[in-house]
Amino acid sequence: MAGSNNTAGLQASAQQTAEQQTGAHMAQETAGGALVVIQAGPQALVQDQGRFGVRHLGVTQGGALDWVSLGWANWLLGNAPTAAGLEVAVGGLTLEAQSRLTLALAGADLSARLDDTPIAPYTHFVIEAGQQLVFERPRHGLRAYLALPGGIAATPVMGSLASVMREQLGGLDGQGRALAKGDRLVARHAECRTRRLDTPPDPVAAGAPLALVTGAQIAHFDGSSLFDAFNQAWQVDSRADRMGVRLTGPVLRCRLGGMISEGIPLGAVQVPPDGQPIVLLNDRQTVGGYPRLGALSPLACARLAQCQPGDSVRFAAVTPQRARRDYLAQLARWQ
Amino acid sequence: MSPAPTPRLETVAMDALMVRLFSRIDEANMPWTLAADSALRERFGAALIDLVPSYTTLLIHYDVTRLTHAEARALALAALDGLEPAAASTAREHVIPVWYDPSVGPELETIAARLEISPQEVIRRHCARDYCAFALGFAPGYAFMGLVEETLATPRLETPRQRVPAGSVGIAERQTAIYPMRSPGGWNILGRTAVKLFDRDREEISLFRPGDRVRFEAIDRATFIDQGGDVTPMEER
Repeated sequence: MAGSNNTAGLQASAQQTAEQQTGAHMAQETAGGALVVIQAGPQALVQDQGRFGVRHLGVTQGGALDWVSLGWANWLLGNAPTAAGLEVAVGGLTLEAQSRLTLALAGADLSARLDDTPIAPYTHFVIEAGQQLVFERPRHGLRAYLALPGGIAATPVMGSLASVMREQLGGLDGQGRALAKGDRLVARHAECRTRRLDTPPDPVAAGAPLALVTGAQIAHFDGSSLFDAFNQAWQVDSRADRMGVRLTGPVLRCRLGGMISEGIPLGAVQVPPDGQPIVLLNDRQTVGGYPRLGALSPLACARLAQCQPGDSVRFAAVTPQRARRDYLAQLARWQ
Repeated sequence: MSPAPTPRLETVAMDALMVRLFSRIDEANMPWTLAADSALRERFGAALIDLVPSYTTLLIHYDVTRLTHAEARALALAALDGLEPAAASTAREHVIPVWYDPSVGPELETIAARLEISPQEVIRRHCARDYCAFALGFAPGYAFMGLVEETLATPRLETPRQRVPAGSVGIAERQTAIYPMRSPGGWNILGRTAVKLFDRDREEISLFRPGDRVRFEAIDRATFIDQGGDVTPMEER
């Protein structure tokens, strides 16, 4: 079978890493430095690459929406790509170091600063005890990812630290809640092996189309709807969260009405009767019954998660083979 | 039992395939769905990330670092070849005690009024048959079960409730379900159970699994309290 030895799958190895993490947590709780939350902001969540193997029980995938940026933040500190970090949406977050520690930042530019010094995404830096790391407001993209040495220490729930608020699973206390004032983020390791990134990626890549693997139901959409779907621009709506992102644009007509509910993959582009697509993301419900154009590739999902309301996006149809090639190429960058 | 299905395999994502077994909802589908579930789990082994059975389908989420699209298709077809339905005796059975009362199940009376029968008769009909857990979704441990007797079929509430308490037992069309945790919801609520449906600290995290058989049993208020039930009335909408 292809590629089984040279590329560790993020998802398949998540469970194993989480198990190792439980032990590490016990042994090293006092070893790593800690950050305390001074101001929580609208939504800061502990996230890893998601919760797997329990979707048949109605448990959603969860995990970093922009898994690529979490992967880069981890890479900068020499962490495994599956280590848990902090997903900071929009900004408004202030953290203060209780001891000296090395951190890395990737993803959106949320005007982060270390006391008064601006911190650019895709860098690592040292925070001294008493210094504050502040995320103000989005300048480019929507979600920043903060990595701590070895990842954030906490006890995984069903193999993952992914915080899912709706399901009350994961995060610091296992209840899936967002960070609140007074919470402590403890690093699993005291030391890390930092790396430098010479040419930081653009997590938004505005203008580049979102790769969409077309699904079988596409045959039930009428011809002009299909033409519009792939040739017109779509606006990211303000109705967007970790479950899904609504897009507005031309009305898409599908001959299938409601369907019998079935499992929904990450990135599914479902089209409810109003003809305006919803891209289903990490915290989606596990089954649903609207017709789908297909599913965005995982890389496209990561980029969509960085789009702000009003941003314009386009779809480009790709084969699963092409989407897989691009996905494996991304994993290979972290080897 | 449904006749042997001819499985269709559809591409649904970079790393997912849909196995389409049937075109309509039927309890008789379940032995085939469960057989497909075990065959796919066995055949994919460590390359399987998640497998989500539902009424007529199974969603296979596989590990693309181990399998190409063509390899995944070939594995699925091999697993589904010559499928034999799972024996009925393999289904797990549950009896769920429910306190049916208007204070915790406001639609008990509206359904009774619509059918011009007593609330007791609604309860009797809801308890009269075994239900099949077709799929889990909506929330962890939330099982879509059916089919309820045709007369009880009731559309979802026009305006869903903001908060449906944990343990609420409801009906929507010909399906019935129990809310494992407090959540928004639009089902018609008949009563409440003290049974814990989802418990991360239990070995069996979710009480229900796809294919399980479930029967409801009416209990009185005192028994419900003995079982640890919360008698707080349903909030006004």
